[in-house]
Amino acid sequence: MMNRNYNFAFLDEGSKREIRRAALKAVAIPGYQVSFGSRELPIGRGWGTGGIQLTLSLIGPEDVLKVIDQGSDESVNAVNIKKFIGLCTDVETTTKTSEATVIQTRHRIPEVPLTNRQILIFQVPIPEPLRIVEAREEVTKKMHAEKDYAPIWLQLYESLVKYNKVTIASEYPCMVSGRYMMNPSPIPKFDNPKLHRAECLYLFGAGREKKIYAIPPYTEVISLAFDDIPFEKENFKGKKCRLCGSENTYLDEMFDQHGDRFYQCSDTSYCQEVRDYVSG
Amino acid sequence: MYLDEAPVLSVKNLVVRYGAGCGLCRDRTSQSMEKNRCMACGAVWAVNDISLDVYPGEVLGIVGESGSGKTTLMRALYFDFIPTSGSAVLRDYKNGEKSIWEASSAEQRMLKNSVMGMVYQNPVMGLRMDYSAASNIAEKIIAAGSRNAAKMTERAAELLAAVEIMTSRMSEAPRNFSGGMQQRVQISKALANNPALLLLDEVTTGLDLSVQAKVLDLIRKIKAKYGISILLVSHDLAVIRMLADRTIVMLDGKIVESGLTDQILEDPQDVYTQQLVHSLI
Repeated sequence: MMNRNYNFAFLDEGSKREIRRAALKAVAIPGYQVSFGSRELPIGRGWGTGGIQLTLSLIGPEDVLKVIDQGSDESVNAVNIKKFIGLCTDVETTTKTSEATVIQTRHRIPEVPLTNRQILIFQVPIPEPLRIVEAREEVTKKMHAEKDYAPIWLQLYESLVKYNKVTIASEYPCMVSGRYMMNPSPIPKFDNPKLHRAECLYLFGAGREKKIYAIPPYTEVISLAFDDIPFEKENFKGKKCRLCGSENTYLDEMFDQHGDRFYQCSDTSYCQEVRDYVSG
Repeated sequence: MYLDEAPVLSVKNLVVRYGAGCGLCRDRTSQSMEKNRCMACGAVWAVNDISLDVYPGEVLGIVGESGSGKTTLMRALYFDFIPTSGSAVLRDYKNGEKSIWEASSAEQRMLKNSVMGMVYQNPVMGLRMDYSAASNIAEKIIAAGSRNAAKMTERAAELLAAVEIMTSRMSEAPRNFSGGMQQRVQISKALANNPALLLLDEVTTGLDLSVQAKVLDLIRKIKAKYGISILLVSHDLAVIRMLADRTIVMLDGKIVESGLTDQILEDPQDVYTQQLVHSLI
């Protein structure tokens, strides 16, 4: 039941409008980080406040909401965010990816391909892809302006020299529309190809860092790779989900009480859907 | 060297002043100056109205005591800071019609990575100590636009071999190397994109004699093999005698004498140069 002491979707309409304007600017300049006035929420900064503010600004009474955390609908973060948004909007919630119109996510893109009636909103801890090579914001801004991304390429090359492969497993940097380098939030690089020419709108919100950026539908998103060494996502060859048997999803590695290793789909709702389908 | 050709680098009336300066010291004939420091305002005129040309294939030596402005001149040329006034034109940039200090920062990066190479006195300034030797060289190649990892590795191996560093150590970070090896990695890095001009700032300072000899021999080979123009700063006249075709003598930010190296060392005209030469012989 909605708490009537607060405005619909918690934030005041002026705040929501400002965040929507920032999101529109982000859509107009794919991959560019737009600054916005990050609002106070009853959740600590760094706990998904960027994504929540985007969700609150965009959600309407007719929307269907899904919240996932590392692919799971049942984690503490996902459940509490869903509860909070439910309390101040009364919107319908779901665990089924295909039924949702707004999906807020932390660190995964669902396995079910998204359509152009859906928006995927990422919670982003560090929006700046150049932060690992340059600590100063004024310098990274200049580097983006001049498309000076050589230090990131050097990171990749150093990885090749040391380990004969690129060892970045998540937050794998990518070029958006051939212009801006973007941090796709800490999704595993398994999910990077899902960003390329996707049908849905991807929005990224970083509350603590006060940045919003976006990938509009059908945008070219290319993960960085040298001419002679193609981009490679995680390989789960020979492994499958213990529960549903899927072999083409992102698998979490787990250990049972005997110390035996097993694998399970990271996307819990997809896993459940497959099991439901199989059991008829 | 080809003195009849257009210079690779031409510096005109370069001034680098640390501090705001005052009416007294801006008047160059003022009595307020003690050496290159203004006693009235404390400003230091590290480089004071210097002009020089570097010709194709030439090694131009710059000699002078500590604090004479040699390193400041080199660092201004490599965009470590923008000088107070003056101009410098490179033959390979806008046909020598625009001063390099008027270049945009993207153009400056291009010049640093493709047209010039710099070897600092302190390797910490010129190398990424936590990255491998190969990556240090690749940094320049990447900045020049290459995205082919195999070619970068091939080039790094070639350059490290040229400076006599075993290719088996190319994946090691320079912090694990000796001072002489670090200098040689710096030289490899500076040569990565076949620059037209190499800036060498006291490359042998702090190295023991045998390593000094190796580095000097290497520079001589590089000059012979690649025909690069070199601006060589040293306070060691033996280094200048061995490598430089022409030499400039600096004192308190000014040029006090210039000419062919043999002429400067054998028949110095300026009092300071005479003291410098005689103090070393």
